[in-house]
Formats: sequence, structure tokens, C-alpha cells
Amino acid sequence: MDTVVFLIFAAIAVICAVNLVVQTHPIASALSLIGVMGSLAGIYLQLGGEFIAAAQLVVYAGAIMVLFVFVIMLLNEGKERKARRRLWVTFAGLPLLLVFVALIHNLILHVLPPSDSVQFGVFTGGTAEAIGMKLFTGYLLPFEVTSVLILIAIVGAIVLARKEVD
Amino acid sequence: MNYLILSLIKTLIVVLILMHTLAYLQWVERKVIAHVQLRVGPRRVGPHGLLQPLADVIKLVTKEGMLPSHVNTVFYFLAPFLAVLFALIPMCLIPYGGDINVFGIHTTMQVTDVSIGILLVLGLSGMGVYGVALAGWASNNKYSLMGGLRSSAQMISYELPMALAIAAPLLMLNTLSFRHIVDGQAGFYFGLIPKWTVFQGPFPQIFSFLLFMVAGFAETNRVPFDLPEAENELVAGFHTEYSSMTFAAFFMAEYANMVTVSCIATLLFLGGWHPLWPEQYGSSLLPSLIFAFSGLICFSHAIRPARPFDRITLPVFGVLFLGIAALFLIPAGQQILMPLFWFGAKAGGILFVFIWVRATLPRFRYDQLMRFAWTFMFPVALINLFVTGLLVALS
Repeated sequence: MDTVVFLIFAAIAVICAVNLVVQTHPIASALSLIGVMGSLAGIYLQLGGEFIAAAQLVVYAGAIMVLFVFVIMLLNEGKERKARRRLWVTFAGLPLLLVFVALIHNLILHVLPPSDSVQFGVFTGGTAEAIGMKLFTGYLLPFEVTSVLILIAIVGAIVLARKEVD
Repeated sequence: MNYLILSLIKTLIVVLILMHTLAYLQWVERKVIAHVQLRVGPRRVGPHGLLQPLADVIKLVTKEGMLPSHVNTVFYFLAPFLAVLFALIPMCLIPYGGDINVFGIHTTMQVTDVSIGILLVLGLSGMGVYGVALAGWASNNKYSLMGGLRSSAQMISYELPMALAIAAPLLMLNTLSFRHIVDGQAGFYFGLIPKWTVFQGPFPQIFSFLLFMVAGFAETNRVPFDLPEAENELVAGFHTEYSSMTFAAFFMAEYANMVTVSCIATLLFLGGWHPLWPEQYGSSLLPSLIFAFSGLICFSHAIRPARPFDRITLPVFGVLFLGIAALFLIPAGQQILMPLFWFGAKAGGILFVFIWVRATLPRFRYDQLMRFAWTFMFPVALINLFVTGLLVALS
């Protein structure tokens, strides 16, 4: 049952990811990205990362992608124009892709730890409570530094935006 | 397998009740607004217009579906689908009552009990904006696009105070699961005042409740925040180009969102299915009394009927009401119906406020709406969260 659900989510994620690249319309690409993020949230949930799954939905699929879609709509971008392919791209593209896939396959097989360490329903440290304890005890400094970094980014964005208005 | 069948049965029950609620909510809304404005409202189809929802459904299904020639067809049809999908999914996470035993089967009155229920509902209802935004954009119409843009900006802005308002009671209850949230509100102070989070110490969450309700109005695009479909500026906003079933889908999504917001407000702030006053003062007799009283009113009107067929119909309704009153007294019926009654009463009360506000308040201007969210709601929600956190840490 776990494997079936995983395969469904994985298939949706891969199809949406391919669609994201293939589509020429920005809105279609953005929607595909939402599909990828949603199915990733499903896979996180299966692996026991409850909080990460919810955060993925709320932050990525919800807030960030709404901003993306909002901007695309405001600019009202039409379809992208396809640039003409160079000759060497046409001939070298497929072999290069195959080499790349083989490389990744090799890496997964030999460099990563064996896949039997990943099992559904074994990991239980992904609850909101566990993550909160980790964040506010072991990783307090990186957490606070990241918050300050984001604050700086927000202030910087406002300063830049104000200059353009003047 | 047993679990699967049980889940299917529960899903079926929830879907049936929800669909009827959505259909009749519209009837209630029309009636309430009519009475506020000194009209009578629908009363042609069935007694007091009670079959009006059925007539509306038949009308909407059989109407011709227009497909404007200038729309982006795929997204045009995807939009109402997404709107309905993300409006209905949260329903399966909401608990309507505690544990029950039916025919020897022990189960909960909830389709799925998720440990991060409130976060999931927040995430899913946040996704609902895609339906509206996409509809506005795909319609390829200036008014629709304005509606869609307004809607996305509004939802992004009001999601922040809403999330902060939700976080405050969660700090006090120390859980994210709906079931445990409600369990944490059981009991009474001095044997009388319920321990709902709006009354609970160390910091009663009355401000959170108000903030959540205001943000909820904005999230569901209801008056006074219904700028995405402001009739007198944008024709009908994001659903200008939609007709028949696709229009009905948006309509349904709006009402489903209202129901979700009411249910979450009930669970988070008003103690879920816990009664208003303790059982030893007779809170478990209240529903029986209400239904028995309604039944007796029916009988008393049947004695002097206003219309000839009232002599037959009113006693039938009277017997029906008395039967429901008796059901509330049987222990087997009581364990299912009592939580449902209190949950329904609270959620229904909030839904009534939604309708009441629509009949009373004018629409905001768009800059007022944005300024209200960022310069009032957001700071107040932050201060509220800070004070709650401080008091929870101190106590």
C-alpha cells in the first residue's frame, strides 16, 4: 500500500516536473511547479516528516507560488517564443542527456547509502514538537541567524522598491 | 479492510450532510437577508421556499454552459475544479464529535484524525486562491483579471493575521491535532464557565477569535471584503465569464469555505462539541426541549390551520420533531447527536453572523482593505501572540 501511494505521488511529481520545462506558457509552468510541490509534500508525509509536509504546503505551494502566479498575471506574460536550436544542440543533446542520467544512476547506486535504510513509517522524529525542540535547543543560533538574514532581505527589498518609486 | 469500509461510510455521511448544508445555507442566507430587509424571501417552491435549493440545483444543471471564444480553455475549466477541490478537502479533517460506539464498532466522528490537522487545513485553504486567481486570468477579461488579482493580493495579506491568530490558542493548548485541541477545552471553571479558549486562562483568546473571524471573512471573499466580485465595479469579478455548472462550482466553493471557517472557529475557540454549561444543570436536555417545543408549536398551529392542507402537514412535522426530541433522550442516540447538536449550534451561529454581516455592512474600498490588514490586523495579531506566549510561559 505504501509503495503504491509513493509511486502515485512520485509519478505526479515527475510528470509535473517534465511539464514545467516543456510548457511554453508561464502560468502552466507555475501550476506544474505547484503540482511538484504538492506531491513532494505527500511523499514527506509518507516518510514521517509531518511538519515539513505541512510547511511545504503552506509556504511553498501556498504562499510563495501565489506570489509567482500573482506576478505572472500582473505582467500578463504571453507564450514564450522558442529560440532556434543550434546545430550541435540537436545532435549532442540526447547523448549528453543519456550520459547525465547514467552518471546520476551511478552516483545513486554506489555513492549514496543503500536504499533499504529508507522505509515508510519508521521515522518518527518529524512531528512539529520534535522539530521545535531541535530548532530551539540544538540549532538555535543558525535559526536566529536565518531569521535576521530574512529580515535584512525584506528591508533591502523595501529600500530597493522605494527608490524606484522616487 | 474494515478500516477502509468504515472510512468510506464516514466519508459518504460527511459528503451527504455537507452537500445538503451547502444547498440549504443558500436558502437560509436568502431568507435571513430578506427578513433583515423587511421582505419575505423565497416562498413559492415548497412550504416557505424549502424546496428552493432543489429548484436552483435543477436550474443550474440544466442551464446551457457557455464557453466564451476568447478564454484559455484548459485553465478556464481547471479553475472551478481547483476551487471546489480545495474547498471540500478540509472537510475530511474536521472532527464533528468525540469517540462513539455503534453496533459494537468503536470509531471517531471524523473522517481522518491527523496529528497536524490545523496546519493541513491552513495549507489547503491557502491553495483555494488558485481557483479564483486562475479563473480571473483564464477568462481573458479585464474585469475578471482585476477580480482575480484582488483576490490573490487579499488572500496573501489576510493569511498572515489569520495564521498568527490561530497560533495563539495553539500555544495554550500545546497541540496541532483537532481532537486534542477540543479535548484541551473540556471542563468548566467554578463548575459553570466553560474552558473554551475564548474564556480560558491565562489569557482568554477573545482577540484571536475576533481577528480570526475578520480574516476569515476576507479569506472567503465575503462582504465586507467581497472585492474580487464587487458587482458595481467589476460586473461579477472573477466569475464574470462563467455560467451554469462552472458558476455553481464557484458558488459552492464559497459556501464550503464559509462552513470550513465556521468549523475551525468552533473547534479552536468555542470548545468544539463541548456544551455551553455543565450536564448537571441540564445541558443534555436542551436539544430535546427545543425539538419538543417546536413539535408542540406545530400541533398548536394545526388546531387552527391558516391553510387547508396545514391540517395534515403540520401534525406530520410535529410528530417528526417529537421523534427527534425522543432520539436525543435515548443513550445510543445521545452519544452521536449531542456532540453534533452543540457543534452544529456553534458553527451555525457563526454562519449566521456571516449572513448577518452581509445584510448589514457596506463593502470596503480596496486601499482601506489593504491598510486594515497590514497596519491594524497584523500588528494586533503579533501583540496578541506575544502576550499569549508571555503569559503561557509565566504560568
